[in-house]
Amino acid sequence: MTGPRLALEVRGLSKSYDDLLAVADVDLTVAPGELVAVIGPSGCGKSTLFDVVAGLADPDAGEVRFDGVAAHDRLGASAYMPQRDALLPWRRVEDNVGLPLELQGHRRADARARARPLLERFGLGDFARSWPWQLSGGMRHRVAFLRTVVAGPGLVLLDEPFGDLDGITRSDLQEWLGDLLVEFGPTVLLVTHDIAEAVFLADRVVVLTPRPARVAAEVPVDLPHPRHAALRETPEVVALERRVRDALRASAWTP
Amino acid sequence: MRTLAPPPPAFAAAPAAGRRGRLGRVWPPVALLALLVVAWEAVTAGLRIDPTVLPGPVLVVTGTWSERAELLPAMGTTSLEALLGLALAAVVALPLAVSIDAWRGVRSSVYPLIVASQTLPIIVLAPLVVIWFGFGLWPKVALVALFSFFPIAVGAVQGLGSADRDVLDLLRTMRASRWQLLTKVKLPSALPQVFTGLKISVTYAFTSAIVAEWVGATSGLGPFMTAAAQDAPRRTDVVLGGTVVTALLTVALFAVVAALQRAAMPWRPRSRA
Repeated sequence: MTGPRLALEVRGLSKSYDDLLAVADVDLTVAPGELVAVIGPSGCGKSTLFDVVAGLADPDAGEVRFDGVAAHDRLGASAYMPQRDALLPWRRVEDNVGLPLELQGHRRADARARARPLLERFGLGDFARSWPWQLSGGMRHRVAFLRTVVAGPGLVLLDEPFGDLDGITRSDLQEWLGDLLVEFGPTVLLVTHDIAEAVFLADRVVVLTPRPARVAAEVPVDLPHPRHAALRETPEVVALERRVRDALRASAWTP
Repeated sequence: MRTLAPPPPAFAAAPAAGRRGRLGRVWPPVALLALLVVAWEAVTAGLRIDPTVLPGPVLVVTGTWSERAELLPAMGTTSLEALLGLALAAVVALPLAVSIDAWRGVRSSVYPLIVASQTLPIIVLAPLVVIWFGFGLWPKVALVALFSFFPIAVGAVQGLGSADRDVLDLLRTMRASRWQLLTKVKLPSALPQVFTGLKISVTYAFTSAIVAEWVGATSGLGPFMTAAAQDAPRRTDVVLGGTVVTALLTVALFAVVAALQRAAMPWRPRSRA
């Protein structure tokens, strides 16, 4: 096979739980530095797809390749951000961000030395010594994002990362995340059920069918980064959102 | 980058509200207790009740104070038994709880036995413990440990099991080892329930030490109270005084454990601690 090297390649992936087929024969590719949003109705098996890529579950059929190499032990190959911020209440903000480094064997002082400039750079410097309970939901999510990128696996998995936030906080955070991603330039696979979010952040939107999840359509988003709030109202974005919405509707009607 | 409001100063509003709240909780029972003590004194004095049957609270305090040369070493002995027993229980219970949590085989074989062991009436083991360990310090320590073991072990097992699954999964995707999962997630998660178990054990510790002393001992609060009960004339005031001292020791140790808990979990909001 020729063509560009792929950061992530999912081939023929199927996975069921207790006779319930969650993911059926999904093919998915993400190029280095690309942000692909996977969108589908709630409960369609998006999270199952993620668990398999992250290494928390094994597929029944198919394979996952990182940088063209089939990976059986996938834990640690990607940086996973779950739906909830999952901060450790007993660690200060800076030590939550530094946690992945500590798990790799770095001393706590070294992990802090890496975490602090990151917190400064992304507007959380005043909170470095706070406990998580002292932060708002949006702040906690920012901390969780920094924790996700600090250890630097080039592939980042975001599982409905704004799911439990209110609408205003969510759009603020999407712009903030856009800046963060431009700075770090990771490859990102984003799972969401929010059409506007998918179009605003992604280079390409992959639409999944209801359970079992199959790929129904792909919508490329050829807009430059970084993207800012004004973009949300532009005719291009509105048209793209409509295309994604139509694809979702069409897929839902497929028997 | 937009600027953000500085973090809320930790516990800014908590002290004032917290102190008023705590005093609000402490005063009603203290006032009621004071009322009961005054009524007790009035009844015993007014009805001229025989002090070998029911002495008044003033006599309980003065009579017990006059025996302080005996009382203080007795308090020391019983406190040592209670503290060593609690420490022994914790030292055995915590590693056992960790292995119950870590290995399915240990959980399925050991845990049911621990729970079933609660049907044993531990008090009737006291004579057996004397047969095995003699009349010194250790049979008392052993009995306190037997009483204290179960709440600490069960609290720790449940606490370890209560660790957030999402957080554990997240750390697994970061390639955390089982040891790292234990030290960075499970043990901190378990602390509240470990301390709850420890507090329950504290309420048993002095009582079980005294029960063990009654089976066979020459020093401690148990013999101190028995000797007073067998004096001629009977020193009921000193027996009651020993009871009050036991209660005060238990309350003091409970307060120490509560303070340890706050020190061990500095991340918790004060108002909820």
